[in-house]
Formats: sequence, C-alpha cells, structure tokens
Amino acid sequence: MHSHDGDHGHSHDHTEPPPELELKVKALESLLVEKGLVNPDALNAIIDNYEHKVGPQNGAIVVAKAWVDASFKEALLADATAAVSELGYFGRQGEHLRVVENTDGTHNLVVCTLCSCYPWTVLGLPPTWYKSAPYRARAVSEPRQVLAEFGTFLPGSTKVRVWDSTSEMRYLVLPQQPAGTQQWTEERLRCLVTRNSMIGVELAKPADAAPEQDQ
Amino acid sequence: MKGGHDLGGRQGLGPISPEPEAEEPVFHADWERRVFAMTLATGMLGQWNIDESRFARESQHPADYLRNSYYENWLAGIQNLLVKKGLLTEGELASACMIKGGAGELRVPNSEEAIKILGTGGPTLMPSDGAPEFNVGDAVRAKKIHTRGHSRLPTYAQGSVGEIEENYGCHVYPDKNSAGEHIGEFLYRVRFSSASLWGSRDDNSEVLIDLWQPYLESVE
Repeated sequence: MHSHDGDHGHSHDHTEPPPELELKVKALESLLVEKGLVNPDALNAIIDNYEHKVGPQNGAIVVAKAWVDASFKEALLADATAAVSELGYFGRQGEHLRVVENTDGTHNLVVCTLCSCYPWTVLGLPPTWYKSAPYRARAVSEPRQVLAEFGTFLPGSTKVRVWDSTSEMRYLVLPQQPAGTQQWTEERLRCLVTRNSMIGVELAKPADAAPEQDQ
Repeated sequence: MKGGHDLGGRQGLGPISPEPEAEEPVFHADWERRVFAMTLATGMLGQWNIDESRFARESQHPADYLRNSYYENWLAGIQNLLVKKGLLTEGELASACMIKGGAGELRVPNSEEAIKILGTGGPTLMPSDGAPEFNVGDAVRAKKIHTRGHSRLPTYAQGSVGEIEENYGCHVYPDKNSAGEHIGEFLYRVRFSSASLWGSRDDNSEVLIDLWQPYLESVE
C-alpha cells in the first residue's frame, strides 16, 4: 500500500495490499494465538460486532426518533449518552456522547484532527475518508470548501461549527428533517438519514430520495 | 508531540476523494479486519490504555505515518506496544516464531467476554478535587506546549484565543495517562473563531476543541 497516486497524498486503501503486508499480519496473529495472548474466537466476535451489528443504522434510528418524538429529542440533546443507552446503544467509543443539532442558522461538522475519534456506538467504524489526512487537515481550516467537495453548499449566513474530537467526548450530528416529510413514519424517515449526514458533511436525503411506499 | 498525526490545518494533502457511502465496505481487505481485531483484543489484556495506544501510532516517523494506510498505522502501533510491554520480543516479530513464554497470568478474554468489554466501554469521567479554574464565557489562550510526550492539544490551536463554551467535568488527562499516570483534569469545550486560528477573514465558521485545563491560560 505504498504506491502514490500522482501528487495526492491521500490514503491508499483502494489499492491491493502487497503480499508481504498480508503475510506480516498473518504471522503476527499466529504468534499471538500461539502465545495464548489472543483468543481466535474473540477476534472473530470483535470483527462480527463492528462489521454486522454496530453501524450507522443505529444512528439513523436515533435521528428518525428525534424527528418524530419531541420529548425524545429533548432528552437526546440534554444527555445523549443516556438517551441512546435506552435504545440499547452503549459501549466503546460512545461513553460520553453529545448530539449537536443542525438548524436554519447553524450547521455542525465533526472531525478528529489528531486520529480518528468517532461515535462507534451509533455510527460503527469511520469511513476511510474520515480517517484520511486531507479530511483531518482541512475540515478545521476550510470547512466550507470541504462541505462543497461533498456537494453541500450552505449560505454564508449559516454558521458552520466544526467539532474537533480531541477528547473522549463523541459527537453525532442531528441533521434537519427534510421538507415535506412531516407526516412520515419513523421507519420511513430512517431511509433519509445517511451516515454522512450524521457526521455533518452532507444533509439528510430529500423526501424524493426515499423508496415509494403507501402512506 | 508534534508528529505526523497532528494534521489540523496542514496543506498540500490533496482532495478528500470519498467513496460513495452506499458502496464503502467496513473493511477493504481481510488483513484490515485482523489488525483491527488484534488491536482491540490485545488492548483488553490491560497492559496499556488508549492514550498509550495513540502515542504508539503517532510516535512513528511522520513520513511513515502519512505514507501508511490507516490500519498499517494500527499495526505499527500494536507491534510497538507488544514489544515495549514485553509480550513479544523483536526476534519473535521478525521470525514469527515463539521464543519464550505465554500469556502467563494475563487474563485473555474469550468471545463473550470481549463483546461484554466492548459493550461496557471505558468512561473517562473522574471525581474532581478542587474547583475549575475557568468559567463559561471566559476568554482563554491555548498555551504553546512543545512536548515530546503524548498530548491532545493540537498544534493549530496553540497560541490562539478562544472562549469557554462548556465545562465537561474532570476527565482522564491524556498527557499523564499515556505515561501510565491515571489522573483527571477539568475538560472544557473551547470555541475558536476561524479568524483566531487562521488569521483569515471571518467566514462565519468556528472550531470547537475539547481542551484540558493545563492546556489553557487566562487572557487578561
């Protein structure tokens, strides 16, 4: 994974890993198992947990519930850790959760300039771009240009608040509910809540992006 | 430390090039899955904490840190820690053959225990002894701190003046925790205008940074 793509120093997860890297990882795992320092079943359970169980579908449930249930939204903004725990989401990288609300006047954007801090309990593991050097470098210094690269164009009158996750506080963006969805069910609204909208690089999908269904 | 990881405001790194959300897998190769799981599982042995783990990754040569993919940096981090803590030797890493010892007295979680540990998490809020030095609304300057140790004070904030927005209470202090000393310090969310950080014209944006009390000084 050392090939450079032109002069862009972006991360290289799309290229094939060199065989020596795969071998090095296999060798390390064999060694740790042989020494009894890791349990192979535990490794597989950890992978399964973050590949299949914990992910942005959790966050979409939280957001859609906040859109339809004013008392839940109030509780969520007051103490997100407690409010999402009641939905069953608690654990590693979600011990101190804050939900920050987008409004007409304010848009929130989350980054971790020093590593890759991210609210695992509600979003799962971060996407490659979130962990990449360009995003970590630029989200704080030129947030409007970064938003534009994601196709998000905000009026100058909208204040952009960038949250740099330097501590163990974890931030989840509550996107604005799309126009024309006030009568929708919670289940249907979930389809409009993307991972990227909960990081803040995009808005929630518009109403016409949802699959057709009887109302 | 001002290593390759301390990226806020760096330039020349190119576009972000995100994959379309619907098409991006959680892992892009099987070795990434294994490195991720080995990092969490060895972390559960209790021989290092999250700040030591971060410090191990960011202590690499900056050129290596930036050239490596994300999970290559994680791999470098656990290799460093496993040797530093005496769980593996350099020779074992090089030869992939076991030379000595085993887990000994270490508690090695099975799959159920591992999932339970993930679900329990590790809250960092601590009891505080003493009153906070700053109040909401206070103007504060992020100090210039040039340490070779681990720190969560980003370089781009150093020297800038911001305003305390919230006191989050007393949290484990990374600069000490990374050296194995478990103490708490008040943690504040500090608001910096883009003009204060970058000397640029006001573009109606601001950055919120979580900063521990020792990182801050009052502004007269």
